[in-house]
Amino acid sequence: MSADVMPITENKNTKAKAVDTPWKTAMRRFTRNKLAVIGFIMIVFMFILCFIGPLFSPHNLFDYSLKNKNLAPNGTYWLGTDKLGRDILLRMMLAGRISLLVGLVATCITVMIGATLGAVAGFYGKLVDNLIMRVADIFMALPSLPILIILGAVLSDLKVHPSSRIYYLMVIIGVLNWTTLARLVRGQILTLREQEFMQATEALGLKDKRKIFKHLLPNTIPVIIVAATLSVAGAILSESALSFLGIGVVPPTPSWGNMISAANNLIDFRKRPWLWIPPGMCILITSVAINLIGDGLRDALDPKTKK
Amino acid sequence: MAKDLVEFRNLETHFQTTAGTVKAVDNVSFIIREGETLCVVGESGCGKSVTAMSLMQLIESPPGKIVGGEILFEGEDLLKLSKREMSRIRGNQISMIFQEPMSSLNPVLTIGNQISEPLMLHMLLDRKAAKKRAIELINLVGISRPEKIFDSYPHELSGGMRQRIMIAIALSCDPKLLIADEPTTALDVTIQAQILDLMRDIKQKLNTSILLITHDLGVVAEMADYVVVMYAGKVIEEAPVLELFQDPQHPYTKGLLKAKPIINQKQERLYSIPGQVPNPIDLEDNCHFHDRCEFCMDICKVKQPPFRSHGKDTHKSACWLYEEEREVL
Ligand SMILES: Nc1ncnc2c1ncn2[C@@H]1O[C@H](COP(=O)(O)OP(=O)(O)OP(=O)(O)O)[C@@H](O)[C@H]1O
Ligand code: SF4
Ligand SMILES: [Mg+2]
Repeated sequence: MSADVMPITENKNTKAKAVDTPWKTAMRRFTRNKLAVIGFIMIVFMFILCFIGPLFSPHNLFDYSLKNKNLAPNGTYWLGTDKLGRDILLRMMLAGRISLLVGLVATCITVMIGATLGAVAGFYGKLVDNLIMRVADIFMALPSLPILIILGAVLSDLKVHPSSRIYYLMVIIGVLNWTTLARLVRGQILTLREQEFMQATEALGLKDKRKIFKHLLPNTIPVIIVAATLSVAGAILSESALSFLGIGVVPPTPSWGNMISAANNLIDFRKRPWLWIPPGMCILITSVAINLIGDGLRDALDPKTKK
Repeated sequence: MAKDLVEFRNLETHFQTTAGTVKAVDNVSFIIREGETLCVVGESGCGKSVTAMSLMQLIESPPGKIVGGEILFEGEDLLKLSKREMSRIRGNQISMIFQEPMSSLNPVLTIGNQISEPLMLHMLLDRKAAKKRAIELINLVGISRPEKIFDSYPHELSGGMRQRIMIAIALSCDPKLLIADEPTTALDVTIQAQILDLMRDIKQKLNTSILLITHDLGVVAEMADYVVVMYAGKVIEEAPVLELFQDPQHPYTKGLLKAKPIINQKQERLYSIPGQVPNPIDLEDNCHFHDRCEFCMDICKVKQPPFRSHGKDTHKSACWLYEEEREVL
């Protein structure tokens, strides 16, 4: 049909082939960043430890044996035992599963709420924007730890079963964190919606929903990835803090936070460091690793930094 | 003569700015016929894009508003349609390509994805049928290896290819009217020629009407059937293309044609007429061109010349030089 139109020939194509996709460029930049790679290795290690480690443990989570209580690290109990004679290493690994899971699920909730509300606010502007961002302001003005403590106490008051508490926790932590992401996404959308390609979608008669979720949000993925990564660390810390205070994940379900709180008296703290150092290290390593990855991703995905 | 497809009737589009009201489009009337290419020419800021955007109803409001007139599309007034009915016409019956091919495609979606979108939306094709049609379209706009291009991202294509893709998207639903707002300004000269060839080719094959907005009289000479000349928000002359080039009436048009473009040869920007485009805010009710016109008379400064034909029916202009009553006043 287009015989009399001069076709564009291949040479343009071969030139284009040399150009990397944005993702490849970002990957290359990320892998060049030593700290980010170290963070990544650390987090992979934590995941392997927590999710695969317990399979190789000779002990059982509910092996109470009071004659073995408060043992220092030894051949059988590599990291010692707690005051009920349970293996610290096993409990630490299982606690990690829960902490990491809370971090990930809470972040998913944060991303869903934050990205959607931020995109809607930025896209519609005016009244909708005002409404959403003022609600965000309110959320931001509230100090999150006291709120978490109150909600945690409410959970305890409602006598929520310990095993289902973690689901409530995920939702609470996830919901309380949506504002940062919403702000970031909104800012991006505000500039994106003025771009010519959005005018083009308008000229095609596309529906708003499609414009927001198919054309605008994918353009904000770099921002979302960075914010989400950092929010995983935040969520894990919130969970640990709550569990330490006894209103997050409650025993017998182990979590790094409530394991540390087991060492809440001076004797345990000074004489039995194996009770609190391992879970403490886990929290430290995980949050440092995630922050390193987050910073690395930020640099890698920022179009303004070269190479 | 072919049927009327679009008729602008006394269209008025205004912008409210802090400095005052800008009458970007002021009482504009003209007709686009089926299968015809109509070119709108004029200096920067004279309201060409706003005219096109009014037709699409993509005027940003506020500050813009269509305050008067009608835009008839196949006899139906587009300005009376609901938002929903209008978005069914956009991209379907009337589609548009923009000046900047580099930024008119979404950088994170594949070409195929973006061509399929209007097909699935307006033609209700399923994914597979849409892909088939998209590949046909990529072929139609003269890009080789359409299957590969289907899966590429915009940054992998050159500017000329992207503009072809934009044309493919615009043509996807067999529009009756294609609006092209300076489609070749951002491209280099050889690619410009290719894109224009492509548009002419498509017009012939699909019998699509084209509303072409341009600065370039070379493009007008090559593409247009009919020309509308705008100045400061008003149509000051309209005529079939040959007529306009042979016998321009309005002094402004004559000025434009002074650096005579040779047909089939590319021309740089318009020859610039001495003086400035008037400040578009609060224009008086006179000939807006009077302070740059070498034939300016007293009446020109106080009264607007009527827009009508002086001899041939199809050739109209607005200038006191051709009016008899000017002595009376
Ligand atoms: N969003 C806006 N706000 C205020 N004034 C506007 C806006 N858009 C356009 N205008 C005014 O409308 C007038 C016509 O603009 P338009 O974009 O139609 O010019 P144009 O003929 O397309 O020029 P160009 O050749 O440079 O594209 C200009 O004087 C401009 O000041
Ligand atoms: S009306 Fe008067 S000022 Fe305007 S173009 Fe004609 S001669 Fe010139
Ligand atoms: Mg324009």
